[in-house]
Amino acid sequence: MKIVVCIKQVPDTEAYIKINSQKTSIEESGIKYIINPYDEFALEEALRIKEKLNNAETAVITLGAPRTQEALRSALALGIEKAVLIPQEDFILDNFSSAFILAKTVERLGYDLILCGKQAIDDDMAQTGGIIASLLNIPFVSLATKIEFIDNSQIKVHREIEGFTEVFKIKLPAVISAQKGLNEPRYASLMGIMQAKKKIISEIKIQDLGINPENLIKTKLTRLEYPSPRSQGKILDGDLKEAAQKLVKFLREEAKII
Amino acid sequence: MDILTLGEIKNQKLTRASLEVLSEAKRLANGKKVINVLIGNNLKDFSALISSYGASEILLIEDPSLGEFNSQSYSEILVNIIKEKKPALFLLPANIHGKEIAALVSAKLEISLISDCTDLKIKDNLLEYIHPIYSGKVIAAYQSLTSFQAAALRPNIFPLIEENPNNQAQIIHLSFIPQDNLKIKLLEVLKPKEETLEISEARIIVSGGRGLKEAENFKLLEELAEVLGAAVGASRLAVDAGWRDHQYQVGQTGKVVSPDLYIACGISGAIQHLVGMSSSKCIIAINKDPEANIFKVANYGIVGDLFEVVPLLTEEFKKILTN
Ligand SMILES: Cc1cc2nc3c(=O)[nH]c(=O)nc-3n(C[C@H](O)[C@H](O)[C@H](O)COP(=O)(O)OP(=O)(O)OC[C@H]3O[C@@H](n4cnc5c(N)ncnc54)[C@H](O)[C@@H]3O)c2cc1C
Ligand SMILES: Nc1ncnc2c1ncn2[C@@H]1O[C@H](COP(=O)(O)O)[C@@H](O)[C@H]1O
Repeated sequence: MKIVVCIKQVPDTEAYIKINSQKTSIEESGIKYIINPYDEFALEEALRIKEKLNNAETAVITLGAPRTQEALRSALALGIEKAVLIPQEDFILDNFSSAFILAKTVERLGYDLILCGKQAIDDDMAQTGGIIASLLNIPFVSLATKIEFIDNSQIKVHREIEGFTEVFKIKLPAVISAQKGLNEPRYASLMGIMQAKKKIISEIKIQDLGINPENLIKTKLTRLEYPSPRSQGKILDGDLKEAAQKLVKFLREEAKII
Repeated sequence: MDILTLGEIKNQKLTRASLEVLSEAKRLANGKKVINVLIGNNLKDFSALISSYGASEILLIEDPSLGEFNSQSYSEILVNIIKEKKPALFLLPANIHGKEIAALVSAKLEISLISDCTDLKIKDNLLEYIHPIYSGKVIAAYQSLTSFQAAALRPNIFPLIEENPNNQAQIIHLSFIPQDNLKIKLLEVLKPKEETLEISEARIIVSGGRGLKEAENFKLLEELAEVLGAAVGASRLAVDAGWRDHQYQVGQTGKVVSPDLYIACGISGAIQHLVGMSSSKCIIAINKDPEANIFKVANYGIVGDLFEVVPLLTEEFKKILTN
């Protein structure tokens, strides 16, 4: 059972995001990078599956700048066995081209189960996993909250949707995207961290995959802006009963929501 | 340019998100055709409704095997239709099923996809897609480099157009041969322990945070929600404390919602919460701390103890809504 986890390094959720002067990307300086929070659930799930099955191998891959080494190192510290960095050159990729590169890498590594996050909290696109699945011609389930093995070639996947839980039966290989609720990610142990320092992070170059990514880009980012700030609201004063009455009146007569 | 839209049926009804997609398609079509696809089993007659939103063609694909959602067969059907109809644009709702299908279909066709769009504009004869990134801290504009393109539209953002009961769409039944070798199958749909309204498409959400103090106290919010026909949401701390199920969590690691009205009770307004709800049309905050961050995004705020304010609000709403 070969499990490959795709992780992305993203700015910390608290990071202040500053748009550059050309309005084409963000200023990277001063930003603290973390593993995309949803990808942590994917890593944890890979580790749990490995612990449950005796024949599983785990690998983690990322496509990104040299700094993404840190993210791979953290994944190794958790217990993932193999890490692969696909260095991203200067050009800007979109989801399709990134997913294409990831799919080719996964093909090279071999795979039975590909795990990724529900969405990357930088581009918030939630499409990479689906594109990888489509390119590899294998099934995809997003937002898994439970993964169970039926046997070596089939899994059951739960996901919550609009108050219900859908339970799918899927033939492996497959791509599953993880979300909160799937598991509780562990912290790396001190020993894990020490051992990870000695492990090798291998590199696969985009060109070595026989890909010219510039031909694969489907979408172009044209401009970044800050959202228009919400206008400062009004604090309703008076005693609480009056405030409640004013509020109800406003919602009915001005906002016309009620 | 012709536009293809995917309609979505839930509980025997066409979802509001589907109508929003149709409305946006009609606005963009500018005289060209809007073709709406419906996939399912025993599709009730939605044609009149879809017609009234301006569709020119309705494609129906019916089969017992399509009665339940299947990302593989649904996306294969759509890929075939798009190859044949060659629309310039494919639009669908950006909910869980929609986003899954959008990714699968766009990749098969090797076309551009922008998920979770909050606006579409025509600029220099090209479509510009607006999509919030970095959890809404930045708004990005995209253009497609492929002539076919796809976008999933965030629910509750795109306004409905006025219905035109005189419009008559052409209805076409497409044949379908079920595959016996599907790689994915929906085994069952488990019902929730208790029936509560879902938050992602709710028009009104009453949401509670750590200020609620314990699970029991969510009753207060449920009472208010009932009067308003609202769904009940929660902050992450309320979810982590076990007071509410995760599916009701609003925010970065929960759901992004944009209801008409969001009432935040005992929620401080951490950035990870705000990114999940700051696109709501109207925000009301109830918090006893006048410095709470939530007041920065609120249209109206009441500084006070939620245990007093919420019952007062319930009572006032009851007065106007029950007569
Ligand atoms: C990676 C990451 C992801 C996260 N994702 C999410 C997410 O998806 N959603 C989310 O919500 N958070 C998320 N968080 C957590 C977030 O940072 C905050 O910790 C959380 O939102 C705070 O929840 P709260 O407002 O309920 O609690 P608190 O911050 O403790 O606020 C409680 C508020 O209640 C008020 N209060 C107390 N008693 C009363 C009373 N009687 N009457 C009126 N007001 C009262 C207090 O004044 C206070 O403002 C995330 C954090 C991280 C690091
Ligand atoms: N550059 C990347 N390298 C590795 N995995 C990625 C990359 N981009 C996206 N992913 C994976 O795809 C998921 C969804 O990303 P997105 O479609 O960008 O929202 C992420 O949670 C990751 O698991």
